[in-house]
Amino acid sequence: MDTILFIIFAIVAVVCAFNLVLQTHPISSALSLIGVMGSLAVLYLLLGAEFIAMAQVIVYGGAVMVLFVMVIMLLNAGSEKRSGKSWFAQIAGLPLLLVFVAVLGVLIRGALPQLRPVEFGSWVGGTAQHIGQMLFTEYLLPFEIVSILILIAILGAVVLAQREID
Amino acid sequence: MPHIPPVPLSWYLILSAVLFAIGVAGFLYRKSIITVFMSIELMLNAVNLSFIAFSYQLRRIDGHIYSFFVMVVAAAEAAVGLAIVLTVFKNRGTLQIDEVDSMKL
Repeated sequence: MDTILFIIFAIVAVVCAFNLVLQTHPISSALSLIGVMGSLAVLYLLLGAEFIAMAQVIVYGGAVMVLFVMVIMLLNAGSEKRSGKSWFAQIAGLPLLLVFVAVLGVLIRGALPQLRPVEFGSWVGGTAQHIGQMLFTEYLLPFEIVSILILIAILGAVVLAQREID
Repeated sequence: MPHIPPVPLSWYLILSAVLFAIGVAGFLYRKSIITVFMSIELMLNAVNLSFIAFSYQLRRIDGHIYSFFVMVVAAAEAAVGLAIVLTVFKNRGTLQIDEVDSMKL
């Protein structure tokens, strides 16, 4: 069952990712990105990461994408013009990317031989309880630093997006 | 119903590599600032999938914590980045990255 789910949602994720890159209108790209994030949330669930899957749906699928869609609509962003690309990107870009994926694939198959098969429910370590315990004991300092980072980001966003006062 | 063998973890890692490469392609080839931003988010998501997969392999929860932090930083980055996009659009009236080239020699 989880094999079928993995195949379905992996295909959905890859197709949506391709659609993100190929569509010219930003709102179509944003909808494809929501598809990628939703299917990744299902894959996280299959890997036993309940809390991260829910956080993915809420933070990425909810907050971040709402921000994106709001900015697209606020700016009334239309289809992008296909202007001239640099010759290097045109010639070497795609082959280099394919080489990158091939090298990673060979490394994953060759250098990591003892990977576990994924069976749903064989490890339930990703509940909110486990995450909370780890976050507030061992990772307390990074957690506090990240909260300061968010505070700075809020201030930065407000300062950048405000209207100038004459 | 026939017995279907479980998915090897390497498939998850390869899926993550493929999504990352698609994100890089979008980053390199697209010309709209907003789409470039979305490609960056796609790359961050692909890395998160790797973290979760290795966390499953090692039976440790540290990968979940890291991917949680990646998510938080991505949200902060999206807020600041989209504010920058708004400012660029306000000052230049365009969203094409190759028209914003005043720092180019």
